[in-house]
Amino acid sequence: MATYQEFIQQNEDRDGVRFSWNLWPSSRLEATRLVVPVSCLFTPLKERPDLPPVQYEPVMCSRANCKAVLNPLCQVDFRAKIWACNFCFQRNPRGPSAPLIFLYVVDTCLEEEDLQALKESLQMSLSLLPPNALVGLITFGRMVQVHELSCELISKSYVFRGTKDLTSKQIQEMLGLTKPSVAGQPGRPPAPQDAAASCRFLQPVHKVDMNLTDLLGELQRDPWPVPQGKRPLRSTGVALSVAVGLLEGTFPNTGARVMLFIGGPPTQGPGMVVGDELKTPIRSWHDIQKDNARHLKKATKYYEALANRSAVNGHSIDIYACALDQTGLLEMKCLSNLTGYVIMGDSFNTSLFKQTFQRVFNKDYNGDFRMAFGGIMEVKTSRELKVCGAIGPCVSLNSKGSCVSENEMGVGGTSQWKVCSLSPSTTLGIYFEVVNQHNAPIPQGGRGAVQFVTQYQHSNTQRRIRVTTIARNWADAQSQIQHIESSFDQEAAAVLMARLGVFRAESEEGPDVLRWLDRQLIRLCQKFGQFNKDDPTSFKLSESLSLYPQFMFHLRRSPFLQVFNNSPDESSYYRHHFVRQDLTQSLIMIQPILYSYSFHGPPEPVLLDSSSILPDRILLMDTFFQLVIYHGETIAQWRKAGYQEMAEYENFKQLLQAPLDDAQEILQTRFPMPRYVDTEHGGSQARFLLSKVNPSQTHNNLYAWGQETGAPILTDDVSLQVFMDHLKKLAVTSSA
Amino acid sequence: MWTWHTAAALPLNVRFSPQEGIREKHTGTTSIFPLAPLSLSRFTVRHEHRDALLFTILRRFRDELKMNVNQHTPMASPYGQPQPGYGQPAFAPLDTGYPPPYAPYNGPVSAYQTGEPPQGYSSFTTFPSKAAPANPISELSSPLDLGHGRAPPTSGPPPVSAPQAYNQYGGRHQSDMQNGPPPMTQAPPRPVVSQSYNQERVNLSGPPSSYPQHYGSPPAMSHVTSQMSGMQINSGLPNTAGPGYAPPHSSKPPVSNSFSAAPPATYTQALPPALSAPTQAPPTASQQYYGGPPPASQPPFNSSLPPTSQQPFTSPAPLPPSNQPSFAPPPSYSGPPPAQAPSPSMSQPQQSFPPTQSAFSSAPQGSFPPRAPPPTSSQYPPPPTSTPSGQYPGPLPPQQQPPFSSGPFPSRPQMPPTSMSQSNHLPPESQGPLGPPGPLQQMPPPQHAMPGGYPPQQNGAFGQVRGPQPGFTAPYPAQPNYGALGPAPGPAPSTQKRLDPDAIPSPQASDMPTVQKSRHRIDPDAIPSPIQVIEDDKAKSTEPFSTGVRGQAPPLVTTDFHVKDQGNASPRFIRCTAYNIPCTADMAKQSQVPLAAVIKPLATLPADETPPYLVDHGEGGPIRCNRCKAYMCPYMQFIEGGRRFQCGFCSCVTEVPPHYFQHLDHTGKRVDFYDRPELSLGSYEFLATVDYCKNNKIPQPPAFIFLIDVSYNAVKSGMVGIVCQELKALLDRLPRENPDLDSTVRVGFVTYNKVLHFYNVKSSLAQPQMLVVSDVSEMFVPLLDGFLVNVGESRQVIESLLDHIPEMFANTRETETVFGPVIQAGLEALKAADCAGKLFVFHTSLPIAEAPGKLKNREDKKLIGTDKEKSLFQPQVSFYNTLAKECVAQGCCVDLFLFPNQYVDVATLAVVPVSTGGSVYKYTYFQAQSDQERFLNDLRRDVQKPIGFDAVMRVRTSTGIRATDFFGSFFMSNTTDVELAGLDCDKAVTVEFKHDDKLSEETGALVQCAVLYTSCGGQRRLRVHNMAVNCCSQLSDLYRNCETDTIINFLSKYAFRGILNNPTKAVRDTLVNQCAQILACYRKNCASPSSAGQLILPECMKLLPVYLNCVLKSDVLLPAADVSLDDRAYLRQLISGMDVSETHVFFYPRLLPLMKLESGSLPVAVRASEERLSKGGVYLLETGLHLFLWVGANAQQELLLNIFGTSSFGQIDTTMTSLPVLDNPFSQRLRDMIDSFRAQRSRYMKLMLVKQEDRSELIFRHFLMEDKNVSGGASYVDFLCHMHKEIRQLLS
Repeated sequence: MATYQEFIQQNEDRDGVRFSWNLWPSSRLEATRLVVPVSCLFTPLKERPDLPPVQYEPVMCSRANCKAVLNPLCQVDFRAKIWACNFCFQRNPRGPSAPLIFLYVVDTCLEEEDLQALKESLQMSLSLLPPNALVGLITFGRMVQVHELSCELISKSYVFRGTKDLTSKQIQEMLGLTKPSVAGQPGRPPAPQDAAASCRFLQPVHKVDMNLTDLLGELQRDPWPVPQGKRPLRSTGVALSVAVGLLEGTFPNTGARVMLFIGGPPTQGPGMVVGDELKTPIRSWHDIQKDNARHLKKATKYYEALANRSAVNGHSIDIYACALDQTGLLEMKCLSNLTGYVIMGDSFNTSLFKQTFQRVFNKDYNGDFRMAFGGIMEVKTSRELKVCGAIGPCVSLNSKGSCVSENEMGVGGTSQWKVCSLSPSTTLGIYFEVVNQHNAPIPQGGRGAVQFVTQYQHSNTQRRIRVTTIARNWADAQSQIQHIESSFDQEAAAVLMARLGVFRAESEEGPDVLRWLDRQLIRLCQKFGQFNKDDPTSFKLSESLSLYPQFMFHLRRSPFLQVFNNSPDESSYYRHHFVRQDLTQSLIMIQPILYSYSFHGPPEPVLLDSSSILPDRILLMDTFFQLVIYHGETIAQWRKAGYQEMAEYENFKQLLQAPLDDAQEILQTRFPMPRYVDTEHGGSQARFLLSKVNPSQTHNNLYAWGQETGAPILTDDVSLQVFMDHLKKLAVTSSA
Repeated sequence: MWTWHTAAALPLNVRFSPQEGIREKHTGTTSIFPLAPLSLSRFTVRHEHRDALLFTILRRFRDELKMNVNQHTPMASPYGQPQPGYGQPAFAPLDTGYPPPYAPYNGPVSAYQTGEPPQGYSSFTTFPSKAAPANPISELSSPLDLGHGRAPPTSGPPPVSAPQAYNQYGGRHQSDMQNGPPPMTQAPPRPVVSQSYNQERVNLSGPPSSYPQHYGSPPAMSHVTSQMSGMQINSGLPNTAGPGYAPPHSSKPPVSNSFSAAPPATYTQALPPALSAPTQAPPTASQQYYGGPPPASQPPFNSSLPPTSQQPFTSPAPLPPSNQPSFAPPPSYSGPPPAQAPSPSMSQPQQSFPPTQSAFSSAPQGSFPPRAPPPTSSQYPPPPTSTPSGQYPGPLPPQQQPPFSSGPFPSRPQMPPTSMSQSNHLPPESQGPLGPPGPLQQMPPPQHAMPGGYPPQQNGAFGQVRGPQPGFTAPYPAQPNYGALGPAPGPAPSTQKRLDPDAIPSPQASDMPTVQKSRHRIDPDAIPSPIQVIEDDKAKSTEPFSTGVRGQAPPLVTTDFHVKDQGNASPRFIRCTAYNIPCTADMAKQSQVPLAAVIKPLATLPADETPPYLVDHGEGGPIRCNRCKAYMCPYMQFIEGGRRFQCGFCSCVTEVPPHYFQHLDHTGKRVDFYDRPELSLGSYEFLATVDYCKNNKIPQPPAFIFLIDVSYNAVKSGMVGIVCQELKALLDRLPRENPDLDSTVRVGFVTYNKVLHFYNVKSSLAQPQMLVVSDVSEMFVPLLDGFLVNVGESRQVIESLLDHIPEMFANTRETETVFGPVIQAGLEALKAADCAGKLFVFHTSLPIAEAPGKLKNREDKKLIGTDKEKSLFQPQVSFYNTLAKECVAQGCCVDLFLFPNQYVDVATLAVVPVSTGGSVYKYTYFQAQSDQERFLNDLRRDVQKPIGFDAVMRVRTSTGIRATDFFGSFFMSNTTDVELAGLDCDKAVTVEFKHDDKLSEETGALVQCAVLYTSCGGQRRLRVHNMAVNCCSQLSDLYRNCETDTIINFLSKYAFRGILNNPTKAVRDTLVNQCAQILACYRKNCASPSSAGQLILPECMKLLPVYLNCVLKSDVLLPAADVSLDDRAYLRQLISGMDVSETHVFFYPRLLPLMKLESGSLPVAVRASEERLSKGGVYLLETGLHLFLWVGANAQQELLLNIFGTSSFGQIDTTMTSLPVLDNPFSQRLRDMIDSFRAQRSRYMKLMLVKQEDRSELIFRHFLMEDKNVSGGASYVDFLCHMHKEIRQLLS
């Protein structure tokens, strides 16, 4: 039999699933004692070239409690595009072969060159969109403009004032999307929207390509004067509200992306994050902790409401925030957390943004976009299991079934979640509970099963359902603890626990979360460690758990749980990506990878430790968000001296080039594009590296460790060694 | 003054059955009847007094009356006679030794003289002209007359003056002077005043005393007249009178040509009282006789004859001399008058009037009767004799007529009749005067006598009156009804036919018979004719009007005259209701004459008059009084060698800033007096400094924003296309200060239906961009940069936009519109751009879409006539009031062009335009084809006209009076500052003044109107208009120097505002009542005693009844069934911004006969009455808003051929809106005429063709203001009678 390692890998490749435990304890009590819950990371759209899709769209009755699939016995009115369900007689709109929808929401309060770059990116994107995709444009600054794309004579846009919160109905009325007469006819399905009406704002790319290109080209910076000492008035809140309202009214339950491009924080109207006085800085963690962030709660609430509306309709909101200062992502995090994703950069005129944005439209081996919409993921479990919740870019659909646990972890209380936008890497953490009572043991050899049913709209506009069913053996924890221990997937467990921690961090104080994490770690060590009581030196962990404490150590230091040195926006940004990436990427985020390049041998991964920082090395660190190339002191001096230019030092040139090539490789595949940093010993940017490595050498112990190795880190943070020592001590102490 | 002697009160209206009761109550009624009775009895009108004309109606001689009526000529003669008589009488009084009166007289006289020298004769001429013209200032005329009269007396001088009208005036004045040698001294100081004084004094002397004086004077006059006619007949006084009259007549004619020759009227007034005096009665009679003669003399006046007549006068003058002597010696006057009076009366009566006399006797004119009859009869016969001078000949009916026609009326073919009538009136007046003279001499007695005498006469009159009254009462049962009187009209027609017969009986059985008499009708020719007055004024206003003399009334608005600014604002900027305002509040209250000024601060001046100079006082800004902040003006008195100046308004002394210091010359005038407009002119502009700017920032150039309704109706009617097309051309003609440069005015465009579409027309764009704002609940401007642009820079984009707009909305199905947000949008745009500006809103329908300012259809015809009617004129929501306030604060002026197909609630929609100094234009059932021209011309004019923005007007007055009320298109946030977001050259503000203290005659009253505004080039300026008027302590001065047209302007605005808060009926009643009080006050305090049966009107106000009737009959106050609420609301607001000339033609349209057109001059208008229309003629009627071409059914073929190119009446296409261009002089001339009319008015008048007896004629007839109308408006005659009744009620 293959090792668990191989088993796990196979399962992941096949199902996109990794469980924390691959043998399940057979009772609730035992499961609880395992500390790390039975849980999994599930990647619904794991790319499976070999997986044949069913070649038609399942069309289901729209009545919530019917869901019958369209079948030959149904009456279909082709003219009205309506079919009647033959089970419940619900009249359903015949599923429009809904096109993809891209709605650009563009901030015009940008610097000229930023705007120019953004305009170019947007224009470029038109050529990347599927020709039949619908595209729309909303621009905003002090006002919000919804551009009509169908007009032939002169360009036309609808304008909303940026300070007024409007209901969806009002927005639709103002955009002329509702016909008053329709409202008076009860019983008719909510307006198969007048195609012509909605199309004014959302047009097939191939029809308005030229128009839109021109329109984008003529886009001006927000013309309202910005007095000195003021921020430009930016009506992000209303702009989003209008975007959501527009889509709600025209294409409910159809895959759509709202792409919001912002260059600064919302400064007026609902969703305002900071006032327009420059003398009032945008809130910091300090302000938030002191409860000094005036607009925080209100704005957050506002965006949450928007996010929920958007999620309900299966529309995702992506945020591209490019600014040196914060842009209010903290308040807006819900939007992307629940539906889309966030990209954060310094400027629209950077390759980070440009390439990231371009990558959104990457295609897979089938020539399809790597995106799917309106996913609904349902979890079904065998009797012994119940689902506690999910953590990831999903929204509860509040579907209470027999397999829903009372015990909530993450977004719980339901067996169905909506995942508005899906990419092949989108990964949810799903947490289960074993409900079997201890005194009702499961028969030997029994298996528990979990089925994931994921419906989604494929980027080729088909609706698809992917079903993933997996089963694991039950094991008696008392007699088979060894087996269970060896079935532990410490990587998955670390990520799943980290997600729990991050999820808690959203609502709890940082220290509390850390304490909770520590406690869990200690308990796990107590459970599975081998040690003599009260003898830290005797402590030993099995191979399947050996890395786990180290993950936890780095997790504790990560920006997901530490807000120090991070702005609230950055924290939100990091957390956002953390809870949606797959296991590998998540692990990189928790514990960055460090490669070393030197003349001493081929490139090799080295410890993420200050001791790895040597003068004759080039280091490449990948933290997922940053890609740092660090030239050691000597290397840097050589480079400065220009040896790489000399023919006789060709090898040095190659050495310099090697990390660049590797970095390029990573950049090619990573989404979003990481921040690319090329630095050297003593460079200011070296802080990215120094802040990540384990501070094994600090100013405190510098001389204890010998001159030759590594670089001291000026920090009071504990090092891994100290951490481990403490852990051992606590684990072996009975009182813990 | 007009005196109606209803000898027989004639049963004007059939309906009066209850005669007796009424009679008793209203003795005056008889007089009313007289009017109506005209037909019955004859009206003899004497213009004895300068102030008033007396209409004497003699019942007795139907025949004669008929004769008179028929023979207008004879009538005319009477005028002549009376006038002279009047003139004299006036003198007489003076002479009679009311020192005070004399003084005044002298004053005037002297004034004239003095005036002449200093100001030049021109000034005199002006004065005289005024007087003569029958201008409000009867005084003038009277003085003139007097002058003439006097002149004759002075004989020596007169002749000289006589030859030349003006000279004559001078002469006359001198003569006057002579007459009142004693007064002379006094007079000198105030020419004008003095004149007024004369009258005043007369009045002042106490009703009685004044009367006496008048009488006295009248007698004199009458004497003169008698002398004139039968000068020799009467000795002494008569002679004096005679001459007086004669001269007056002669003088008058020359002066004004106007028959009205106010002077006579005044005299007549005076006379009547005299007549009333028992003893004097005879004289009165004689006067009447004179009256007879006077007419003759008048005719000459009227006629171009003046010169000739003058000559005759001159000839008479010689005679006068003898008289004069008599004048000179007051005593002699006293003596003579009586004698004369009797004698003239004697002679006249004897001749033809015996019957009339009898009539008189029966009528109030127991005394009169003789007069009346005598005048006519006597005149005729005597005239010859009397006329020996030649004048008389004129006087002779036949002769006179010709003169009239040739004279003042020459232009008007029809005029003769009117003149005739007037002449008729005159005679009576003259009689009156004559009578008075007698009494006058005996001051006390006369008075007493007067009453006594009158009673009888009146009684008689009453009797007659009674008859008529009943009828009246019926028709006018209630005054209120009056307006809507259905009955009145009814009777009137019938009366006309039967008039004569009835008249006869009525006179005889004046008492009872009236019943039948009710049907009788007054001869329309016998009542004051607007046309006559207008023509008279034109004729006399040949010299430029210089504003240097305080308190002189300018020529009428209908007169084309040139103005020289000599220290007071041109009448084109300011016109006052009175140029002599009472010194005390009590007097003002007693008279009820509104004290108001109509100010048109940015009025456009004719090309030959210099626009106000721009004065720059440097960084410190305009020099102002420290205390009251009045601006430097000619009323600031420099003292202490020029180091300080004393404010004329508040008397505060202020240091002269060093840079402004200048030495004074020996007269105390600054050496640079003539170099500085602010010291020597009435109107000028200051350059304002930054302190005068909003927020202390130099203003940006203003912006024009065009907001176009593009809903279904707007597109379908063609409006959208037309507007867009036209705007392309109009953008090149935006107002600018320097015609050589491009306008700095920026433009912006918005279209809208239920939502608003803004357009970005930035020059850098290839195509305009439309920005739709659907959130109309809280309007905002979606863009800043690119919305308001410079035309030159963005021309291509703008043109592209204007091309596209009609296309874009060609298939719109949106029918709902918003309105409030539209204005908000423009307002916000201006706010965002931080500038003032003007919105042009093109709107079609009731804004029912959900939005602020949403309206509902509330038109409810059932409310009309109820107490709730007023609510229909009030805005239905307060939203627009608030909005208007915001607009004003920003300097956002709104012009509204309405194209309604149904009710749009103008009352509400107009709130903002009216409050912001904007205009409302309404094109009901707009159709591109037929209404395009009118609309486009309005639009062009509206866009191009000079305009100021963000204006604040402040009216400062000298201590004692205060501006208390303002009418017009503006907003006021406090009680003193009139705020106008926009102020264009067509907007006038009417300001009412009230006393808050006593005024002094020496200093007069000063008014300074300062308007701070931003010019179209963005320059902040202050326009200052100064006006000084006289103050008087005699009511008669007030009445002598006021302007009816302005009063009507005020009254109409007052009334039209009144209907917002009062039932329409109450407003009408109030109007009638106030006018009755005005006239009654005059009658009581200024007019010579006469029979209550006489209607005596101040010369200056003799048109008050007819104009007032027009106001009462306007659609606003008395709507016809087919007049929509919108129309009324529209007119209501329209009036609020009108100046005097606009209100004048609006209320009394001008009706021009087109049978003969001469190049260079307009045909003389005819009175707005169907009777004046000849079936064979073609007429043009103009109201300032409408233009009708009325074609008589039997119009000459040649005429039709010339105008329409077809000789067939049937082939004329009534749908044409412009006349075919035909190559014949007539067509050319007619079209030129129409064009010039259109050019005169601020709104383009669409030509409507009306064929006689066509259905559309109904509309046309609506504008024949002297006729009764279908909605119950009274005819002129009926109303006059009603008014008379009112007055009598007040007097009793």
